[in-house]
Amino acid sequence: MENAWIALSLTLKVAGWATALNLVFGVAIGFVLARKRFPGRDLLDALLTLPLVMPPTVLGYYLLVVLGRHGPIGGWLQENFGINLIFSWQGAVIAATIVAFPLVFKSARAAFEAVDPQFEQAARVLRISEIAVFFRVTLPLAWRGILAGVLLAFARATGEFGATLMVAGSIPGKTQTLSIAVYEAVQAGQDDVANFLVLVTSVTCITVLLAAGRLAPGRIAGQP
Amino acid sequence: MIWDVDVRKHFENSKRSFKLDVRFRSNARRLVLFGPSGAGKSQTLKIIAGLSAPDYGHVRLEGLALFDHLARIDMRPQQRALAYVFQDYALFPHLTVLQNIAFALHPGLMNPRRNVRHDSVTRWLETFHLEPVAHQYPEQLSGGQHQRAALARAVVAEPRALLLDEPFAALDRALRAHLRQELVELQSQLNIPLILITHDQEDVDCFADAVIHIQDGRTIEETVDHDALAP
Repeated sequence: MENAWIALSLTLKVAGWATALNLVFGVAIGFVLARKRFPGRDLLDALLTLPLVMPPTVLGYYLLVVLGRHGPIGGWLQENFGINLIFSWQGAVIAATIVAFPLVFKSARAAFEAVDPQFEQAARVLRISEIAVFFRVTLPLAWRGILAGVLLAFARATGEFGATLMVAGSIPGKTQTLSIAVYEAVQAGQDDVANFLVLVTSVTCITVLLAAGRLAPGRIAGQP
Repeated sequence: MIWDVDVRKHFENSKRSFKLDVRFRSNARRLVLFGPSGAGKSQTLKIIAGLSAPDYGHVRLEGLALFDHLARIDMRPQQRALAYVFQDYALFPHLTVLQNIAFALHPGLMNPRRNVRHDSVTRWLETFHLEPVAHQYPEQLSGGQHQRAALARAVVAEPRALLLDEPFAALDRALRAHLRQELVELQSQLNIPLILITHDQEDVDCFADAVIHIQDGRTIEETVDHDALAP
């Protein structure tokens, strides 16, 4: 049973990092795609949405090829820094980040597109710098839509299985997250362990959903 | 010369093609751009404010070039220091009236706090009778309070000039007359140039030292109230 808590804390660590990374990259890229026009924008949007529709195992395979010891990025990291991402919890973070990325990026793009540019213009004539316009007007007005995507991404990252298994494997205490531990327990015929793990997973998910309900701001972000 | 505007801009989308060609020079402290909807008045005002860039021409305010195609000058809206009141006011919906008015006084990355107090903000709240709603959000305001809050937010930053896009269009008749009078008083108190755009003859009668008529994107005539400009 102790393994279940280790798996839970590892799952939360991986999902937390994946969500934090997606918050930064998903929001930034969502903003660029919502506001800038450039050739290849639609293609880029399609490529970035791909993880939503591709089987996670296929994504995991791509990641193995790219991040593996002989892959372009993995080889470079190994050669220059001695870092190996495969079979590490950081590898699991990368897998979960990529799988959950479209959820943040898509909702961020839609939320930014829904912000009336007139509010940004109003801020500009009030002599606020461009970066301040983003943080004081655009982001608060888009925040609600972004938050919805972020919470979904956290839930998705918590339940990630296929890509994580391919990239990080199933090393108990190191890369074995809850969803993988459940699979292993069932495979090994340890029904009591499986039951307990499923219970912990369910309680975790309900807690996240309840927290999300409490966190969700009023009709407009920033309002009490 | 207070205003020296000579701008051309070509707009093109799938629905229509529109040529803006607006030229006027005026010494009027209170200038009205008059014309029907869709004539290009708002676009002209946006170009003056720096929210939209013309293809050619120049915009000068009291000799200062805000935009000059030939000299490659295009001041950002932040540098132009002009106050702009949008037709539907564009008050920030996530900020209280107080935070909206104090907005320009906080140049950093953070919005003013909800309990922020500045002397100038307090003064404008009093001038525009907004004290009772200072902590309310824009959606809770009446039409007149909306307009006053937008004006207060615009003038608190001590702008070089005041640009108003159909400031009374969203209000009922009785309120309009009252707020026109308030605006006349505000302008003479601040003593900064004002441009107001409208399609309402009553605005012209009430405000205009001079009127620029705009139709189909072109300035067609200029009428000047010579008494108002007499030294």
